[in-house]
Amino acid sequence: MAAAAAGPGPGSAPGDSPEGPEAEAPERRRKAHGMLKVYYGLSEGEAAGRPAGPDPLDPIDLNGAHFDPEVYLDKLRRECPLAQLMDSETDMVRQIRALDSDMQTLVYENYNKFISATDTIRKMKNDFRKMEDEMDRLATNMAVITDFSARISATLQDRHERITKLAGGPQPRAGAKVGHPQSFGANTTSVGPPGVHALLRKLQFLFELPSRLTKCVELGAYGQAVRYQGRARAVLQQYQHLPSFRAIQDDCQVITARLAQQLRQRFREGGSGAPEQAECVELLLALGEPAEELCEEFLAHGRGRLEEELRSLEAELGPSPPAPDVLEFTDRGGSGFVGGLCQVAAAYQELFAAQGAAGAEKLAAFARELGGRYFALVERRLAQEQGGSDNSLLVRALDRFHRRLRAPGALLAAAGLAEAATEIVERVARERLGHHLQGLRAAFLGCLTDVRQALAAPRLAGKEGPGLAELLANVASSILSHIKASLAAVHLFTAKEVSFSNKPYFRGEFCSQGVREGLIVGFIRSMCQTAQSFCDSPGEKGGATPPALLLLLSRLCLDYETATISYILTLTDEQFLVQDQSPVTPVSTLCAEARETARRLLTHYVKVQGLVISQMLRKSVETRDWLSTLEPRNVRAVMKRVVEDTTAIDVQVGLLYEEGVRKAQSSDSSKRTFSVYSSSRQQGRYAPSYTPSAPMDTNLLSNIQKLFSERIDVFSPVEFNKVSVLTGIIKISLKTLLECVRLRTFGRFGLQQVQVDCHFLQLYLWRFVADEELVHLLLDEVVASAALRCPDPVPMEPSVVEVICERG
Amino acid sequence: MEDDAPVIYGLEFQARALTPQTAETDAIRFLVGTQSLKYDNQIHIIDFDDENNIINKNVLLHQVGEIWHISASPADKGVLATCYNKRMDLNTHVVGEKSETGSVPFHGGWEQASDSKVLTCAAVWRMPKEVEPGSHESPDDASSTAHTLELLCHLDNTAHGSMACVVWEPTGDGKKVISLADNHILLWDLQESSSQAVLASSASLEGKGQLKFTSGRWSPHHNCTQVATANDTAVRGWDTRSMSQIYCIENAHGQLVRDLDFNPNKQYYLASCGDDCKVKFWDTRNVTEPVKTLEEHSHWVWNVRYNHSHDQLVLTGSSDSRVILSNMVSISSEPFGHLVDDDDLSDQEERRPEDKSQEPPQDSVIATYEEHEDSVYAVDWSSADPWLFASLSYDGRLVINRVPRALKYHILL
Repeated sequence: MAAAAAGPGPGSAPGDSPEGPEAEAPERRRKAHGMLKVYYGLSEGEAAGRPAGPDPLDPIDLNGAHFDPEVYLDKLRRECPLAQLMDSETDMVRQIRALDSDMQTLVYENYNKFISATDTIRKMKNDFRKMEDEMDRLATNMAVITDFSARISATLQDRHERITKLAGGPQPRAGAKVGHPQSFGANTTSVGPPGVHALLRKLQFLFELPSRLTKCVELGAYGQAVRYQGRARAVLQQYQHLPSFRAIQDDCQVITARLAQQLRQRFREGGSGAPEQAECVELLLALGEPAEELCEEFLAHGRGRLEEELRSLEAELGPSPPAPDVLEFTDRGGSGFVGGLCQVAAAYQELFAAQGAAGAEKLAAFARELGGRYFALVERRLAQEQGGSDNSLLVRALDRFHRRLRAPGALLAAAGLAEAATEIVERVARERLGHHLQGLRAAFLGCLTDVRQALAAPRLAGKEGPGLAELLANVASSILSHIKASLAAVHLFTAKEVSFSNKPYFRGEFCSQGVREGLIVGFIRSMCQTAQSFCDSPGEKGGATPPALLLLLSRLCLDYETATISYILTLTDEQFLVQDQSPVTPVSTLCAEARETARRLLTHYVKVQGLVISQMLRKSVETRDWLSTLEPRNVRAVMKRVVEDTTAIDVQVGLLYEEGVRKAQSSDSSKRTFSVYSSSRQQGRYAPSYTPSAPMDTNLLSNIQKLFSERIDVFSPVEFNKVSVLTGIIKISLKTLLECVRLRTFGRFGLQQVQVDCHFLQLYLWRFVADEELVHLLLDEVVASAALRCPDPVPMEPSVVEVICERG
Repeated sequence: MEDDAPVIYGLEFQARALTPQTAETDAIRFLVGTQSLKYDNQIHIIDFDDENNIINKNVLLHQVGEIWHISASPADKGVLATCYNKRMDLNTHVVGEKSETGSVPFHGGWEQASDSKVLTCAAVWRMPKEVEPGSHESPDDASSTAHTLELLCHLDNTAHGSMACVVWEPTGDGKKVISLADNHILLWDLQESSSQAVLASSASLEGKGQLKFTSGRWSPHHNCTQVATANDTAVRGWDTRSMSQIYCIENAHGQLVRDLDFNPNKQYYLASCGDDCKVKFWDTRNVTEPVKTLEEHSHWVWNVRYNHSHDQLVLTGSSDSRVILSNMVSISSEPFGHLVDDDDLSDQEERRPEDKSQEPPQDSVIATYEEHEDSVYAVDWSSADPWLFASLSYDGRLVINRVPRALKYHILL
């Protein structure tokens, strides 16, 4: 109640109206108060000041304080009649009674109030005690708080100081500089309230930096940490002379060192992939680690991984036959090694771009070395492939290989990997060409072997002429198909979709020097050489080469000369659009070579066949005792054999070569030529030998005759026709016969036998030769020589000779 | 500067045998043996007068048979050896040797000799003094006054078969002779001024088939202890001291080996020729491969001869009727030729630039001689003039030729 009475604020009773009620209520209350005051005997002073209506000191005012019952009564008795007295008395009694009851009611009421007040006081007492405890605790707490506060204050003291210092430092400059490095430019000019704000934030950042860094490091947010560090470094560096910054910088350095260490650790562990590594390096670089060292380390690390790739590649190579095909191998190498190299290179270039030429050089050296090893492996693998026949696979593998290396080639121009790769491809292409050349040669030799076998086999069956033309066609077509196959195979190298086909080598040199010159011309040359080598075979006597093979080869070469070479070369030129301007072997040169080969082969054929027949004739002359021979009854078997063989040769040659031109024999029929030979001519020649003065004449005659006949070149080059071949063979045979006859001495019958034999040969050989005069001449000379070598030259009657010969 | 034209001399008979008179070093003299079955055979002594380009001849009768091979003693001008055919009449009647003249009895003699055999024998002869150089005045009637050879001794070959050739020891005193008979190689000692031939030692070729020596040469090197022989396609070397084979070039030629010759200046080099039309040069220390091969002839090569002084000059004769003179500089003892003296005055100086001496000379054919019309069976160099050679063809034509003068000066200067 007291509180309520004491605290009436001006605004605490907004509901009271300031006017009417406010003026009336104090009046009433004062009255009540007065009464109470009266009741309790106090407050004279207060009541005295009031202007009361009735006189308070009126002793007859029943309700006044100075009421005097006597006075009151006297007055009443004196003034008032009895009735009035009686009424007054009754009124008085009723009032007394009402007052009594009122009083009673009040007592009761107040008593209750008193009790409740007592209770309330008691309760209050209780509550206050509790409150006191609480207040005590509050006090202690407050003490503690105060204590803490004091300590905090102490702790923050130096910061306060610092801030004070800072605040008192060169304010405008700090405001410009401190802050996000990125915002330097933006903030330098505007030094106003926002600049100050930013400056403050930057300062805050700086002060928080060590803790942030630590946190970042703990959390492994290296990137964040490095970013923070990077942001602050420059500032710290600049203001390191200020103690506060110095402290921050020191802290930062410590943390950064730890960070760097951790990063390095992570980097070295290397478990993480290349991108992470790159990240590590990037961070380390950002931390300002020495780039050179990092280069080294980065490359060393990259090397480790790439070497692993190489090792795995090498393992695939292995000593055992390579399990994966070459395509797979190059694929693996491409994706594993080259991919890795690309990554390393790309990361390196990105990271160490600032290193300039030295760094690039380092990378180039690195790439060169590893690339070299990779190339070595690839080459080893490709070498294993050399024997293989699948060109398309190889080309595809090379294509991948080359394609793969173009990326690092672009990255590492200095390392020359692309060039090296191109070189390898070129080398492989060259080797491939060589391989195909070998293959063609082998195929050619194989054909020859087949021909040999085919020639040998039917001979056993006793059947002559095993379809030489057919064999020739077989050989020619087989070689041609081989050439075409080879061309198709090497053509893969120049296919448009192959990545290296547009390299200058493959556009130019490969086509012209490689394919055209190396492969095709080389093969044709080697074919000619192989064929020619049959001419020089040391076993001339043994005749290791079947003559038919010589003949066939000769025809083959001739066919090449006439058609095949130009066809093949045209084909090649068409397939490989030769753009190179380097000189190529002209078709004519090759044709000349082929022709020369054909000629030599045919000449050799003539020699060999001539030798076979010569040997027969020589044996027949040398082994016979011509002095004691009997009178001839028959042509000797060997002559028949000679004719048979010559016929066989004629057939054989006829299979491959055209007839050729015979010398026109005026109008002579063959029959007449015989008669000329056997009668008139013989007569003319031998008649003088009967006369005593013979010797000179014989010589003279023969010499005169020689004057008019051309010199016979026995082993002369032959033309490409049957007649010429046969002429050559017959010339050789008859010349041998002549020389052998001159070494012997004949009896009469020996001479006659020679006569018979020669006539027989004349009968059958003339038809084979170009100029039958030649046969006549040689046979005449044989008979003449035999006559000279005979001490008793009695020639047989020509008619008898003819009879014997016709009899067979 | 024109080369002298060749000098040609014709014999009446066929001829195969030619040799220079080895012991004669002043006069140019060749001996030619004829082959005739019907008449007495002759040995023509051909003297060539180099200055006048004239041939003088002397004829000696060689009545025992046709001459297949002739060789002159290197020590005695008057001594020579021949291989000749002798008919062995199985009827014990030796015909031909005795028949002096005339064709009728001769003819008759052959009638009976239908089953006679021919054996090639060898003998050493001495020329009669009269035909020695300078003693003849009238070459025209030489044939009428034909002298006969004086027989010194026979090389008895009855046990060994036909003689192929006789070769003298090149530098000795003319006492040693090798003869080849069928498959035997026989070394003879000629004693008592060659009047007696004693078989000193012999060796024979063993093997299957008919082995016959065709030719042989005595090496002038190694103190004349080596002989090379040819049989079939092989060339063999023999040591005359032990009569054992020292090397063998199997398959030296594809066909029969006709002749061989030693390089006079290079002791291991020899040349061979044969029916394969080739001439091959060998180093006997390496018999697997020829050093060089020539293939210029178109028929059998019958003869090959090194020039005695300038071994780059090689002469070959062939039955293609040609004689070829080759310049085998690269394998000669003077592979680079003589240095040409610059101050040497000669009319060639203007024509021949100096750089000619710088470039190494190439092997080449110097000349092909086509004077013959029949097979050339023998060629040889003169023993007196190293720039002169003779060739003989079957028709009896002897041609004497010289090395082209330009080449001669080139070699000499």
